[in-house]
This record gives sequence, C-alpha cells and structure tokens, in this order.
Amino acid sequence: MSTVTETPLAHATLFRFATAGSVDDGKSTLVGRLLHDSKAILADTLDAVTRTSATRGFGGENGSTQRIDLALLTDGLRAEREQGITIDVAYRYFTTNRRSFILADCPGHIQYTKNTVTGASTADAVVVLIDARKGVLEQTRRHLSVLRLLRVPNVLVAVNKIDLVGFREDIFRAIEADLQSVAAEIGLPQLVVVPVSALEGDNVVDRSSHTPWYTGPSLLDVLETLPTTDEVERGLEPLRFPVQLVIRPQGALAPELVVADDAGAPLRDRRDFRDYRAYAGQLASGSVSVGEQITVLPSGRSATVIGIDFAGQSLQRAVAPQSVSLRLSEEIDIARGDVIAATGTFGEVSQDLYAELCWLSSKPLREGSKVLIKHGSKTVQALIRAVIGKLDLDTFGYEAASVLELNDIGTAQIRLSSALPIETYALHRRTGAFLVIDPQDGNTLAAGLVKENLRD
Amino acid sequence: MELTSLDLLESEAIHIIREVVAEFERPALLFSGGKDSVLMLHLATKAFWPGRVPFPVLHVDTGHNFPEVIEFRDRTVERLGLHLEVGSVQEFIDRGELAERADGTRNPLQTVPLLDAIARNKFDAVFGGGRRDEDKARAKERILSLRDEFGQWDPRNQRPELWNLYNGRHTVGQHVRAFPISNWTELDVWRYIGREGIELPSLYFAHEREVFSRDGMWRAVGEVSAPRPGEEVMLKKVRYRTVGDMSCTGAVASEAVTVHDVVREVAASTLTERGATRADDRISEAAMEDRKKDGYF
Repeated sequence: MSTVTETPLAHATLFRFATAGSVDDGKSTLVGRLLHDSKAILADTLDAVTRTSATRGFGGENGSTQRIDLALLTDGLRAEREQGITIDVAYRYFTTNRRSFILADCPGHIQYTKNTVTGASTADAVVVLIDARKGVLEQTRRHLSVLRLLRVPNVLVAVNKIDLVGFREDIFRAIEADLQSVAAEIGLPQLVVVPVSALEGDNVVDRSSHTPWYTGPSLLDVLETLPTTDEVERGLEPLRFPVQLVIRPQGALAPELVVADDAGAPLRDRRDFRDYRAYAGQLASGSVSVGEQITVLPSGRSATVIGIDFAGQSLQRAVAPQSVSLRLSEEIDIARGDVIAATGTFGEVSQDLYAELCWLSSKPLREGSKVLIKHGSKTVQALIRAVIGKLDLDTFGYEAASVLELNDIGTAQIRLSSALPIETYALHRRTGAFLVIDPQDGNTLAAGLVKENLRD
Repeated sequence: MELTSLDLLESEAIHIIREVVAEFERPALLFSGGKDSVLMLHLATKAFWPGRVPFPVLHVDTGHNFPEVIEFRDRTVERLGLHLEVGSVQEFIDRGELAERADGTRNPLQTVPLLDAIARNKFDAVFGGGRRDEDKARAKERILSLRDEFGQWDPRNQRPELWNLYNGRHTVGQHVRAFPISNWTELDVWRYIGREGIELPSLYFAHEREVFSRDGMWRAVGEVSAPRPGEEVMLKKVRYRTVGDMSCTGAVASEAVTVHDVVREVAASTLTERGATRADDRISEAAMEDRKKDGYF
C-alpha cells in the first residue's frame, strides 16, 4: 500500500488554530477567505453560497470585486440563522501544500470567554482579529489575557479592514505598538501582527501590493511555518503517561493475532499472550524508551519499561501525543487514573491545590461547593474551600471575590478527596489542566489550571 | 520522531475510544459496512490489541442495503469474533410502527429503530463514524455528545470540550454518542485506508453497473430504485463515495479501481461527499441538523 504516499501531504503535520474576535471584526469573512483561497470549498457548497449571495445583492453586473458573501461559507445551524447569532464553536478543515489545518471557529459576542477558552485549550495558535478603524479595544485586551492564561504557544493578531483606512502605514504601526505594549503588560511574548483585508484578500494567503511598507509574511504563511505545541514542548517536558486502561486479555484474545517481523516471519504465537499485561494510554508529554526507569504516581513505585506496544508493532521509543501500551518489569499495582512518569521528575502528590478556574456555567461557584475534578484519566471528588479572588481581564490584576459567575476567571483553594499527581499549568500545559464537573447533572462547570501545589 | 497528520489523528481517535470503554458500562459501535464505520472498527482493534474489541456492533438495517455491503458486514463480524445487534427498519414498517415515506427514502426512518436498539440493549455510549467535515450541523458536534431520554441533540446546550479531557457523565436514560474520527476529512480516511491496507466493500471501487440518471446522480437499478419513464438505463463504470440506503445513495462515474486511484480522485474532486451522492441531504439546507436533533446518527 506504499503507493498512496506519493500523494502530496501524506506526511504533512496537523496544525490546530482558533480565531477570536469581537462582533463585526470580520471574523467570518476571514475564515471564509482562508477556506475559499485554500480551495477547501467545493463546487456544490460554493454554488449554494453564490446563489444566496446573489439574492442578498452581491455580484452585480458592475464588476464588483466581491462576487460572494464570504461569511456565508461559515454559515451555521438554522437555529443560528433564525436568530442571527453564532451559538457554538464550529470546526473547519483545510489543507495547503504544507499542512493540514483544524480551525476552531469561535463566536465572539456571547460567552466569548467560554468559547475562547474552549478553542484555545487545544490550539497551537490563536488568531485574534481587530478592526483597523477601532484599534485595540477592551475586548482585545480580554482575549489576549485569556490566551496568556491558557499559555497558547503562538498568538497572532490580524489587523483587519486595512483597506478601509486606506492601507495607511501610520495607523497600522500605532495599533501594532499598542498591541505590543498590552502584550508586555500582561506577560505575553512578542505578538505576530499582520495587516489584512479579509474581504479583499490582502495579506491573508498572498502578500499584498497595497501594503508595500509591510515586509512580513502573509497570515497563512505564518500559520504554515509555526511549530506545533507538541514540537515545542516535547523536548522540554518529562514523560507523563496517564493510564487509561490495563490491557490483560487472558482468554479474550483477538482472533487474528499475528506478530511478525518485517519479513513476515511469526515472532510470537497466541500462547505467548496468556500472561500479557500492559498499560494503555496517550503520552501527555515527553517521550519514553524501552529500558527507561519510570515511577508510578501516586503510589511512587518504580519499574523499568520492557516493551512499548502499538497494535502488534514493538516500538523502541514513543513521543507525545502517541497512544501506546507500556509493559513493565515489575508486577506493580497500577490502575486507570495512575500516571506513569519518568523517575526523578516529580515531587510529591498532593490533596490540596490552588487553581485558576475559568467558570463556564450559569450556575455560580460558591465557597463550600462539592464538585468532581477530572484530571488526566482520573475523576475525584473535591471541595471548594475558598474563592480567593477574581481576575480583572482589563488590568490582569486580581480583585476580591467570594463567588465566580459565568465567564469569570478566578482563583480558588481546593481540597481533593484523594491525592493526585498535580503539577502547575505554567510548567505542564497538559498535566496542569483539569475539568470541574457538576456531580448532580454531570455538566462541565469550569476549566481548571493548577496554580500552585500546596504541600503543607 | 516525525509524526504525520494521520499518526496524530489515529492517536487521538484511539485515546477517545479507550476513554469511552473505560468510563462507560455498555458501549457499542455503529457498524454499517460503510468506510467510516470500517475505519472505526479498525481503530478499535488497534486500541485493545492483543485483546478482542470489547463491545458489540450495532447496525440499523433499512432493508434497502446493497447486498455486497451486508455480506461484507457479516464477514467482518465473523472474522473479528464480534457480536452483531441489528435494528430493522423493515420490521418496524411491517408492525405498522413506521410509515414508508412518499419518496421511498428510508434513511430518515433509521432514527426510531436506532433509539429502540439503544434502549433495549441499555447502551450508554454509542460510537459513530461521523466527521465534522461532512456537514455544517456536524461541524458543531462534540466528540462526546450527550443525548437526552428522547435521543435528542441540543446544539445550544453542549458541554464545552476542553483539552483532551472528555466528560462522559450522564444520568439514567441519557446516553452519549462518541465520534472519535470527528477531526478526519474524507481524504484522511482514504489515505489511512490505503496506509493500513483496510478492506472495504467492493462497491467503493469502480465497477460496471446498470444505472440511470436522477437529480444529477447515477442511481443503481434495483428493486427499490427503479427508473421512471424517460430515465434511460445505461451500463456505466461507477463507484460509490458513501454507502447508505440504495433508494437515496448515488454513484459517481469513476475509473478508480485501487485505494490509490480513489485518493487521487477525492483530492481532485470538486464536490463534497454528501452533495455528490446523498439525495437525503439535498432535501433542505438543514436536513442533517433536523435529523440529528431527533436522534439520528
């Protein structure tokens, strides 16, 4: 089946990004432009959009540059069209010659914190849109604060509607300077700022001749060349492997069990699997090799990795975010929810923590609430001991608070019913994150980011 | 170590499948013999190797399926030692609990037998091969999607999906639909089928068939899709891009006889998979949205 690899992109990487913007920043148009210009829109969809556009007055006989309403390309559910709003994050897919993209298209106006947190939690990059006529708004600052908090590895700002300010460099430079000073204030690294016109296509896919003073890459060029989160963090973070399942088939072996070497000669037969025992999971960070010493958390017992299995293949090494099964030298008691870590890379497990909670529910959080916390593959009960304060997204400072409401971000002190291998989000983007779940109705209440591990 | 986009999609899907099996009592996999469900089953065999796939498969049979797909379904279930549960549209019609539609299409009729099979077997999680690139209603679907006691999907009340932490909690009567290949595109599916050497029903590849043209699609001549007066029957080389009910699934003219040919053809195609071959999705702009709200796949 090797013939398929001749097709371009069979080996391309996957890049996830999200968009964030306020109402009328032209976000739908920008997303429509990216999809349209990267040829992700096929003829039947385009026909439907062209027909609807015509009924709305686009594409007249005067040779208007805009034949279709690009925003229609991201048109959502009928429930949304009827109310003229976007209610939820939509996922879009497009491919260029260099990469496959997954775009989380986050609505800007209602519940922007909820949507931005959701989109940003899995994003390798976020594109924040601002209107060149309006510059940096309160909401821009808030978006950037949320992205800083979630440690999105790459933040880009598209200064849109640059055509409507006559492609003027001075206006762009002033906005760019404002943005960089906001970024410095809240602790974000240098932002990538691109002047674009989503409507006309300037600097979205191709560099524009209307902005000769801008020498940087187009928006798509930036997205095609940025490193992914895993590429950035793989080398920096030690192994963390939350155990999802113990694979111990005993009698229930797969009927077609073949383990063969490259030449097809059988290496093992069914009898060899009678005592098979492995721990299945996805590497949350780092890498693991056969022969490496690991420690199981929270028990603290150690063992050596003697095999890395993936569906009949024996691997020497695996890296995040691969899904594999690990075999260990010792028969130690390991269950779902335990974390396998590189030995010597983890301090102590804890039952107490401080965390930043992005509150996503209309049911407010009060001190003394009992909740569930899902961390890695483990869910435990927890008590909210205290709400410490609320983050002011405009100043990135804290104010006193005892309640957290929908779209609030605040710090809480939490006591867990059993110790978890908790790490700070600032150091571990994946193992420092958790969900807060309502034990009554099961809904997700908050995104949690571990701030500090209270050991005493 | 360089991980390709297919490696990353595979790893994500396996993680989701394992989470669902670990957290739910009675999961099942929707298996029609169509390429997305074949892919799902392949991923499940990889996720639990060297163990058996630890859940049954469920097929909602419209009674109008292509015979070669049913044969493929049975052979696959046998080969992997799985238990097959069938929900039959025909039985519901025979008992007078479902009425045949005027247009003869049975795809929308699958919802009732599907929900019945879920309730009867007490399935609390049902894996589906739905992908977000298929349709705009699917684009807003969660990877784990909660359904109420009526099987309904409420797009306005979905749980936020954060990092790779999936919340599958549900109360009595509710169940969860799980879509591990949400982030795959049609082209990803075909590339992966090629890479893994996954066997598919033969009608995914070009073959000669008696067809007639209706609504811009090639429709097979069969018991449930007879040509009307004026619709000329021809022998043409065609293949199917989706495999559904014979009464509403169209074929495309094609010379693609290998997976490699299909990958090239899909990459060059100017039509979406559903737009090209599904009459049921052409009923209205919101056809899929309406079916999903009622509990469809």
